[in-house]
Amino acid sequence: MTELVAENLTIAAKDTVLVEDASLKLTPGEFVVLLGPNGAGKTSLLRACLGLARPVSGRAKLDGQDTARLSPIQRARSIAYLPQIRQLAWPNIVRDVVALGRFSHGAALGKLRGADAEAVERAIRSCDLSHLADRQADTLSGGELVRMHCARVFATEAPLLIADEPIAALDPRHQFRILGLIDGYVQRGGGALVVLHDIELAARYASRLIWMRHGKIVADGPPETTLTPERIEAIYGVRARIDGVRVEISGPSHIE
Amino acid sequence: MTERWLSPALILLSVVAVFSACLLGSTPMPADRVMAALIGGADPSDRLVVWAIRLPRALAAFLVGAALGLSGAALQGLLRNPLAEPGVLGVSATASLAATFVIYYGLVALNPWFLPLAAIAGALIATALLAVAAIRTRSVVTLILIGVGLSSFAGAAMSLLMNLAPNPFSLADMINWMLGSVANRSFDEILLAAPFMVAGGAILLITRRGLSALTLGEEAADGLGLNLRHQRIFTVLGAGLATGASVALAGAIGFVGIVAPHLVRPFVGHDPARSLVPSALLAGLILVVADIGVRLIPTTNELKLGVVAALIGAPVFVWIAMQRRTVHD
Repeated sequence: MTELVAENLTIAAKDTVLVEDASLKLTPGEFVVLLGPNGAGKTSLLRACLGLARPVSGRAKLDGQDTARLSPIQRARSIAYLPQIRQLAWPNIVRDVVALGRFSHGAALGKLRGADAEAVERAIRSCDLSHLADRQADTLSGGELVRMHCARVFATEAPLLIADEPIAALDPRHQFRILGLIDGYVQRGGGALVVLHDIELAARYASRLIWMRHGKIVADGPPETTLTPERIEAIYGVRARIDGVRVEISGPSHIE
Repeated sequence: MTERWLSPALILLSVVAVFSACLLGSTPMPADRVMAALIGGADPSDRLVVWAIRLPRALAAFLVGAALGLSGAALQGLLRNPLAEPGVLGVSATASLAATFVIYYGLVALNPWFLPLAAIAGALIATALLAVAAIRTRSVVTLILIGVGLSSFAGAAMSLLMNLAPNPFSLADMINWMLGSVANRSFDEILLAAPFMVAGGAILLITRRGLSALTLGEEAADGLGLNLRHQRIFTVLGAGLATGASVALAGAIGFVGIVAPHLVRPFVGHDPARSLVPSALLAGLILVVADIGVRLIPTTNELKLGVVAALIGAPVFVWIAMQRRTVHD
């Protein structure tokens, strides 16, 4: 069982501390949502967990091994990563973009073999992209593009998944759809760590919420115990009412 | 499946073009005599024309084009920019500068091999500088800017050398050489450049898969399992070797490294890795055909291949630049 454990990570850029003493854990079967305002250090924390950014102190370990010391291939096979900025330099065919998810397995575009081809087709079907698979990616809509990137991440068939704001700028239907896809991945035994800004959707899908503010993790637990109006006010500076998984935000608070 | 037939078709066309280059010239030679000369029969003067003049010239044009096309396609993949080219990174300019330097000091008169060796050394110095920069910076934009700086500096140093040229002969030599040409190339010169082209080409082909991953940007490519630093170093090194060797053989010939990959991309699903081989073949083919044109156009002084390449390539460059959408940047 693959397990990602971050221990006391502190990350800094020059003299600015971005993340301070953050610890978290991600195991298969969990849908963990990382919440916090812009600039709270969420992306920096994810990158350090992946071993892409070097922390000042602390470590992120994948099954006991420091992720910063893993080979890029080993790390990529264990954790699929969907960054916040999703570039596409060329107008590639959708199937080819999805096939990039098999890069760490040695797949070369245009000549996919056995297991790689199957994984790519599974990912394309699971994200409902079959009818778009031979289109050029620059002809897709915003929602279709995110589905393509999700399929790319699923095609890796890694035990863990880290996604940075996968549903930003999507319409409500697509937001549900993308989170449903990630939920399906978790149901199949994967572990997902996802950054979201929609508290209500987070509460609906997450098995655990991690709350960040000013570079620190201030709470970590299931929605039932960590989702409170006081916490939302402390984290985001807004007034909120909570009713089950319904969150109603009524405006900025004036306490600060 | 046009993609499957692309490379075989380009190989076939290239063979036809090289053969045609042996047929055509100031005194056209019939195909049966060229064939006879190629397989070692025929009369000695035919053999001399084919083996000492026309065939090496056509092969030099093909190799130079292939090296530039391959380097261009690889650099475009690395920098995710269809306008990247050995010229953009300052590799050609630095190689030209080094070659101009040995002409200026008359070192070429001491030993004719100083010229190609200097061009390769110049390209390798530029390559090493870029490799160091690639390790130190994670930003591709910075890398391009360093290339632009390198290119400008080499251009200025070259102008300085030309200003100071001690006699009109060396100035004429330099200009001749900077314009780019494959006229009067021998198999000896080809054999000196070829090992570097092969080494550079092999490095680029072995590491081409990473260029596909870079399509998604550096952050995602990193996450896909690509060793970014290695990819940068190998691509810059391979392109530097191949470009230096091509400058050594033919001087500075621009734009073919931009035009060929641009034409190839739609046939290979816009995948940078798959564009490498067909880009090399097409660029080689373009230069062989352009060189036949140079030889057949009845001008008092033979046109330089580099001039023709730029006359065709520069407008295409501008056209590609204007087509470019800013959404991907």
